[in-house]
Amino acid sequence: MSRLTVPKTYKLYIGGKFPRTESGRSIPIQDRKGDTAAHICHASRKDFREAVEVAAKAASSWSGITGYLRGQILYRMAEMLEGRREEFAAAICVTSDTKIAAARKEVDASVDRLVCFAGWTDKYQQVLGCQNPVASSFYNFTVPVSQGVTCVVAPDEPSLLGLITLIAAPLCAGNTVIALGSQKHPIPTAIFGEVCQTSDVPAGAINLLTGKRADIIEQIADHRQVASVSAAGLSKKERVTIEVGGADSLKRVCFSALKNNDWYDARLCASPWAIEPFVEMKTIWHPSASR
Amino acid sequence: MATETTTNIQATGWEYSAAPERFPISIEETNKLFIDGKFISPKSRKWFATTNPATDEKLADIATAGAADVNAAVASAKKALPKWSKLAGSERAKYLYRIARRIQERAREFAVLETLDGGKPIKESRDVDIPLVAQHFFYCAGWADKLEYAFPGRNVQPIGVCAQIIPWNFPLMMAAWKLAPALACGNTCVLKPAETTSLTALRLAEVLQEVELPEGVVNIVTGAGDTGKYLAEHKAINKLAFTGSTHVGKMLMRNSAGTGKRLTLELGGKSANIIFADAAIDQAVEGIVSGIYFNQGHVCCAGSRLFVEEPILEEVIQKLTHRMKSLRVGDPMDKNTDVGAINSRSQLQTIEQYIKTGVAEGGQLHEANNQQLPSKGNWCNPCFFTDIQPSHTIAREEIFGPVLSVMTFRTPEEAISRANNTPYGLAAGVWTDKGSKVFEVAKRLEAGIIWCNSYNRFDAASPFGGFKESGFGREGGMQGLKPYVKLV
Repeated sequence: MSRLTVPKTYKLYIGGKFPRTESGRSIPIQDRKGDTAAHICHASRKDFREAVEVAAKAASSWSGITGYLRGQILYRMAEMLEGRREEFAAAICVTSDTKIAAARKEVDASVDRLVCFAGWTDKYQQVLGCQNPVASSFYNFTVPVSQGVTCVVAPDEPSLLGLITLIAAPLCAGNTVIALGSQKHPIPTAIFGEVCQTSDVPAGAINLLTGKRADIIEQIADHRQVASVSAAGLSKKERVTIEVGGADSLKRVCFSALKNNDWYDARLCASPWAIEPFVEMKTIWHPSASR
Repeated sequence: MATETTTNIQATGWEYSAAPERFPISIEETNKLFIDGKFISPKSRKWFATTNPATDEKLADIATAGAADVNAAVASAKKALPKWSKLAGSERAKYLYRIARRIQERAREFAVLETLDGGKPIKESRDVDIPLVAQHFFYCAGWADKLEYAFPGRNVQPIGVCAQIIPWNFPLMMAAWKLAPALACGNTCVLKPAETTSLTALRLAEVLQEVELPEGVVNIVTGAGDTGKYLAEHKAINKLAFTGSTHVGKMLMRNSAGTGKRLTLELGGKSANIIFADAAIDQAVEGIVSGIYFNQGHVCCAGSRLFVEEPILEEVIQKLTHRMKSLRVGDPMDKNTDVGAINSRSQLQTIEQYIKTGVAEGGQLHEANNQQLPSKGNWCNPCFFTDIQPSHTIAREEIFGPVLSVMTFRTPEEAISRANNTPYGLAAGVWTDKGSKVFEVAKRLEAGIIWCNSYNRFDAASPFGGFKESGFGREGGMQGLKPYVKLV
């Protein structure tokens, strides 16, 4: 006798919890054959605002911990993702034409990406910052510091690697993140919260939403507690929405131009220059004198 | 030329001679646009007057660049780009070094001209502005052939044609902050100075001719808001750099949305200066004075919110009052002058309105009212307010004048949270003799520049720029190159 399977309810990941969307809505997701494969949460504007609240609260603790500890947490995420390699590869394949071998390659690259950023958490400061040789009796140095809350809009493809690349850079720099996953291929985003939750990520440091970009893109642009936006695969209209809306709070906006295989190139995706858009340079002066 | 001020300061009990020397500066009656290496009359056929804010006397006529003039300037910059961007960095460097040297050689002329046109005290233009201008060109010159060391792992390319719009508070210094890194990185530029202070930028154009900078690498268009709008919205520019108000900065970001133009914005501030009870009080008071009264308070990073730890409030107020009364307000050309003329009539009205609002909202005004201000020109007595709440207008909005809001705090936590309670994040000052406290507070203040036991220090090697609504991008230092390069 065949057993009745227990399909997973996909939920949002906000403030270290897995709530359903407050709106009570879901979106059916079709598999490659056009059959309904799952229902994912259709996040609302209110879900987004909730996520910003908890991300803003978590900002001081995430930026306040040492780079060494942030590195260990990102590394732990890599460990957890490695252990669920097959599950994530299958999740990538549910809605896309990606072959399973290519999906495994994407998961592997995602694990490696997390490891790479885990290594940067206590080093980018030394590459991006410096001591400044001013022409007076002052000790003067510039240090990169976190911005606060970063909002990520992940590309459709690669759905997992794109998400992880875009969230890892601001996280590495001490920002907390709200990410809106791919609209076309949302399942990897919907299960990535389970990796975060088992990796000692403080509640609120990473928040993951699924749903429709058109529903919340204006809120992303307008929300005054969002310091920066990192996005890939947006239409020109969506980019204009973010820049026009972001102007009122002078958001730092970073649109990625990465395409196809670029996402697999760590030199492009995981260098200090990928982290730099998500830091503020703080320059500190102090007189230097013996009296 | 500025009026004599001998009679103006009798109230202080000191008799000063007239400013000892009037350096004979020649100013052309009409000042043309600088496009493609030549001074040319505007196609707009329009001119506007620039005046000495200390005397209200007209100094000269300046060309108004219309849309056609801006087009010509951008076209010139675009034409010059291929050759300039391909020139070896070491050669670009030599042009910048030459500029720095000529500025040093003509330093006096530049300082006098800056003070005549802008109203700032000659001791500031002579000892701060012009030396920093020369340093900025000299500093950036050295980077031109070393860019790959500033951006490890990347190939560094110029962005292209840069539109640069600058304010009137540090006219030539802002021109240097914009032009020097842009040129070092291989870009070409169209610079628009502020309409009240165009003369030194145009004099810089003479220097560019003298050093034989290739034609079109730098173009200077003068005019007011419309000229700036033509330039900012020009389709052929690749980069827009703006220093000015937060209001205009936001408008520029909105207007350039979707164009792919790179943007850097150095905007307003409402910077906090925090004095702890364990600070060296006399030095701190000097820091308060230089923080708010330097350049008549026309400083985006002015320490306009003073937070004093409660136990020392009385002592600080007493010393600040004494010190404020010793400031000499008057003829900017006199090297004993501490506070010069307000840059324009409209700015003076803005400041006066804020002072009225401060009083109306319940603040107590303390003025250095021993000063007898000159009868002509734009003048504002330095002042500070006590009995100020964080919600008061003058404690929230940027005034851009010699007006300080004094508030108190009890704990470091309170000082930090009140200092950070503003949409701005340009600069902050911290005064304490305790090393661990100074760095903890510096760490937690949300501002791009933190002056510990000091205030308003500037250096070409030190990055300048803000957090939050004070804009983005840095000017100066290694980080100041980033806004002018494409990393591939």
